[in-house]
Amino acid sequence: MSRPRVLIVEDEADIRRFVKMALEQEGLEVYEAPNAKQARIESVSRKPDIVIVDLGLPDADGKTFIQELRGWSSAPVVVLSARDQETEKVAALDVGADDYLVKPFGVPELLARVRAQLRRATLVPTEGTSTSIVRFGHVQVDLTNHEVTRKGEPIHLTRIEFRLLSALIRGHGKVLTSRQLLQEVWGVHHTERAHYVRIYMMNLRQKLEDVPTTPQYLLTELQVGYRLVGVETVSSAVQSSSDTH
Amino acid sequence: MRPNPDELLKVATEEAMRSSRGQLKIFFGACAGVGKTYAMLQAAAQRQAEGISVGVGIVETHERVETRRLLEGLPALPLKQVSHRGRELDEFDLDGALKAGFELVLVDELAHSNVPGSRHAKRWQDVEELLDEGIDVYTTLNVQHLDSLNDIVGGITGVRVRETVPDRIFDAASEVLLIDLPPDDLLVRLESGKVYLDAAAKHARQNFFRKGNLIALRELALRRVADRVNSDVRSYRISNAIHNVWPTHERLMVCVRSGPSQDALLREGARLAQRLQADWIVVHVDELRRGRSHEERENLRDLSEAARALGAEFSNVPGEDIVETLLEYARTRNVTKMIIGRSFPRYRRFWHPDIADQIGRANPEIGLILIGHERPAHAAARTKEPVASPNYGRSLGLATFFCGLTTLAASWLLRVFDLSNVVMLFLLVVVFIALHLGRVAGAWAAFLSVGLLNFFFVEPRLSFSVSDTQYIFTFALMLVVALVISQLAARLRLEARVATEGERRAAAVARVARDLSAAIKTEQIVSICTDTIAPLLSVRVVLILPDLSDKLIPVQQADFVDLSVAQWTYDHMQPAGLGTQSLSGAKAHYIPLKAPMRVRGVLALCPADSALPTDPDDKRLLDAFCSSIAMALERIHFVEIAQDTLVKMEGERLRNALLAAVSHDLKTPLTAIRGLAETLEQPERLTRDQHAELASAIRGQAEELQRLVVNLLDLARMQSEGVHLNKEWHTLDEIVGSALARSERILDGHRMTTDLPIDLPLVEVDALLIERVLVNLLDNAAKYAGDKAAITIRARASGDTVYIFLDDDGPGLPVQNAETLFVPFERGLKESSKTGVGLGLALCRSIISAHGGTIRADSLRPHGARFEIRLPRGTPPEIDQDEANL
Repeated sequence: MSRPRVLIVEDEADIRRFVKMALEQEGLEVYEAPNAKQARIESVSRKPDIVIVDLGLPDADGKTFIQELRGWSSAPVVVLSARDQETEKVAALDVGADDYLVKPFGVPELLARVRAQLRRATLVPTEGTSTSIVRFGHVQVDLTNHEVTRKGEPIHLTRIEFRLLSALIRGHGKVLTSRQLLQEVWGVHHTERAHYVRIYMMNLRQKLEDVPTTPQYLLTELQVGYRLVGVETVSSAVQSSSDTH
Repeated sequence: MRPNPDELLKVATEEAMRSSRGQLKIFFGACAGVGKTYAMLQAAAQRQAEGISVGVGIVETHERVETRRLLEGLPALPLKQVSHRGRELDEFDLDGALKAGFELVLVDELAHSNVPGSRHAKRWQDVEELLDEGIDVYTTLNVQHLDSLNDIVGGITGVRVRETVPDRIFDAASEVLLIDLPPDDLLVRLESGKVYLDAAAKHARQNFFRKGNLIALRELALRRVADRVNSDVRSYRISNAIHNVWPTHERLMVCVRSGPSQDALLREGARLAQRLQADWIVVHVDELRRGRSHEERENLRDLSEAARALGAEFSNVPGEDIVETLLEYARTRNVTKMIIGRSFPRYRRFWHPDIADQIGRANPEIGLILIGHERPAHAAARTKEPVASPNYGRSLGLATFFCGLTTLAASWLLRVFDLSNVVMLFLLVVVFIALHLGRVAGAWAAFLSVGLLNFFFVEPRLSFSVSDTQYIFTFALMLVVALVISQLAARLRLEARVATEGERRAAAVARVARDLSAAIKTEQIVSICTDTIAPLLSVRVVLILPDLSDKLIPVQQADFVDLSVAQWTYDHMQPAGLGTQSLSGAKAHYIPLKAPMRVRGVLALCPADSALPTDPDDKRLLDAFCSSIAMALERIHFVEIAQDTLVKMEGERLRNALLAAVSHDLKTPLTAIRGLAETLEQPERLTRDQHAELASAIRGQAEELQRLVVNLLDLARMQSEGVHLNKEWHTLDEIVGSALARSERILDGHRMTTDLPIDLPLVEVDALLIERVLVNLLDNAAKYAGDKAAITIRARASGDTVYIFLDDDGPGLPVQNAETLFVPFERGLKESSKTGVGLGLALCRSIISAHGGTIRADSLRPHGARFEIRLPRGTPPEIDQDEANL
């Protein structure tokens, strides 16, 4: 398998430089684009496995670029944003970005996110092949039989809680906005009730995390959404050879 | 002997006013045809030759060739076309004249009345405005148009003119030139057709242009000008300290009644006052015992306006006894002469001795001038009208009805009681009727009762004849008693009504004054205007205030407000609009709000029905309100200035502190980063370990810098934009968890515990800001509590408050007064090596206050510090339970 290709769309040369150095050391093949126009050309010609996009581009809105990209590619997209752009971040996630980093960010953080996204892309390729049993930490979830155990003990989840957990597992590693979760769990008519998600997420953490206030798996991205990290597949209903670890 | 300083000051101010104002020159004549216009044009031509720019505002040539020839050399201002009742009329264009920029403008016929709908009712008001703008004016005037001489001229010639000019205009003119022509010459000119006569004058020609009349008019004109010269001489004497002739100061008091025939009295007073160089006051006694009809109030208002127009001070003095009140007032005002008219109605004279006689007897040191005059026939006719008031029909009917009822009752009672007792019943009914239905109904009931009693109950019954003469005496007595009682009852009723009315006003004034004095915001004044004043006077009220650039803006939207009229009122400090002589076409009445320093705004009043309040009491009330509002506005203005200054000073202090603190706290990490990076630039001298160490130090400093910048930006944003909160319902769990995750690196090595009960309610907060608060507090605790300190976050809900505690077991707070920690740029330990301006806690406080909560710091015993945050609990949104239970 060839080295994964990554495209960095960022207008600040110094930021591009250190991101490029860090990713090359990680063994990725790095392409750069200083603006949206160049980014379109690079993304079409290089077919990157992951794209890192700064939201504030000189010639276009980063969001528009993501939307275009999503039209033909399912490569993970990591967004770079300034701190006071909460709504921008959420909007970028809603149009299809997978994760975000707030500037200034550290190199280790960046590498962790990129690794996670690459792994996710290979681990959960499409919606169709649903893995039936997954595990994170001490928790094991049987998606087909709706059974959840923690340290071997069965845990009772309400119907909504289980649906929420399944949604998080399906998008695992990806930041899911409250809106996306509401839509998926409660349906399209409930997208204004953000506090529902917060309450059910708290319940899930109470039931599944060791220390609910410092969660290890069910992570909160305040004012943005949630993500589940550290998911491993235990067994699949349709056993595919490449997915096993 | 030195000149009186007050007099000197007065002369000086008059002169100063004249120099900044335009100069008015009046070409004055005894009657039409003496050549005023011609003389004016000649003088204007001469001024033009002197190099002064002269414009012709309006001049009537009356088709005279000589006049027109003179006019040709002067630039004419265009006239304004005004249509009135289907006719196109040429009018003087005031705005054009104001804009044209001439130094001298000619305006013929000072006494002319403008077409209704013009800005001013009279031309002399236009001229006043020109003068106010510093433009010189030449104008012409005939003696019969002078207000104070109008009566006399009318009396001599038998022709009354309605167009008059107040004497003060004439007296204030800087120059009056008498254009004199002997009557014989005038008659010759008249015969030869050189004098223009309008239709009315033609009609009156036979009477008017008789030689005797002309002689009299000429004499009047000469005398009036001589009087003026006299006063000129006098003011010259004052300013030049010549005091051989030093007239004692006279003050005249004209006593008027609210009848319609008092104008002659006023004019006489004006003439006398002018002649005597005296101040004069017009006084009306507001008798407490008498209620006033609408008609009387109208008259009183006309009277006060006429008096003011003639240059007098008008005073409506309340009092019980006319004579006593007048004398008392005269004494307090140092009046030297009183002018009293002698025209009481005959019936009043029967009861009351003549007031003039009473005054004369009571106070001989005041000079009395009695002026006898007949009531004009039309005035007498007018006073009779109100007798036929529509209300009488109803009250008389009711009185009749009750008398009938009493008769029925009496016929029944007579079976048991004596006739003499039944008479008492009738008396009682008369008293009640008088009390409730008024004097006339009472009198009617008295007569009716006697008639009914006689007809039904006295032998022979069912006839008006009386057999027993005893009863005649009874009836006479009963009639007198009934009449007297009914009069007394009616007066009682009236007094009670007047008293209630007075009380209502007094209470309203007191309430408004109290409210206004307590007002500290313009909005409060506005609400007082609309809620209290407007209903009291039954008008709609809008306050119009100037903005910073002195442009007027109504504080509320109202359809009746015309800002141009308001602006005029504001600029000229005079009432305008409805009910005044300026811009009277407007829908509302505009009053300038004059405060001691300047005009503070304009009050627009729009009558709820059709008429403005005309009652002098209402006007007085309105005046009182206006000055109270103006004072309140001025006070608020200065309060605002004081507050602004304070805020500015505070802002200045903060900025200085910020600059000092920021420059220190920014420089420290920057210096470190730069030094570390420069060391890294020579890698050959460093070991591998040192290399990594330096890089990590740079990272640490950069993170420190980042925290500082984030706090700084947040604080600046919170303070500059006001706080915009993105409030949503959150679980504290999440916020605390997120803050802990963010502070992970800082908290490394500290023992961190959390205690958040599972049943904590949702809180409505801006999660990111509360997270910032927690991060700052954690940062603080990690920095100041020591490396191995235990830090605890606890939360509790109690009552309607949610508490968050952040405790550490470090050395405790570094200062005695914990509050100083929350002041921006204060730091517990001065000049500590630990960075992070005293911004963190200040930011925490502004965030928490924006949420309606509080934050405080305490020292714990034996050691440690506690930060306590209180947030309002609010009412969390409902959760559908059926979903949750599944």
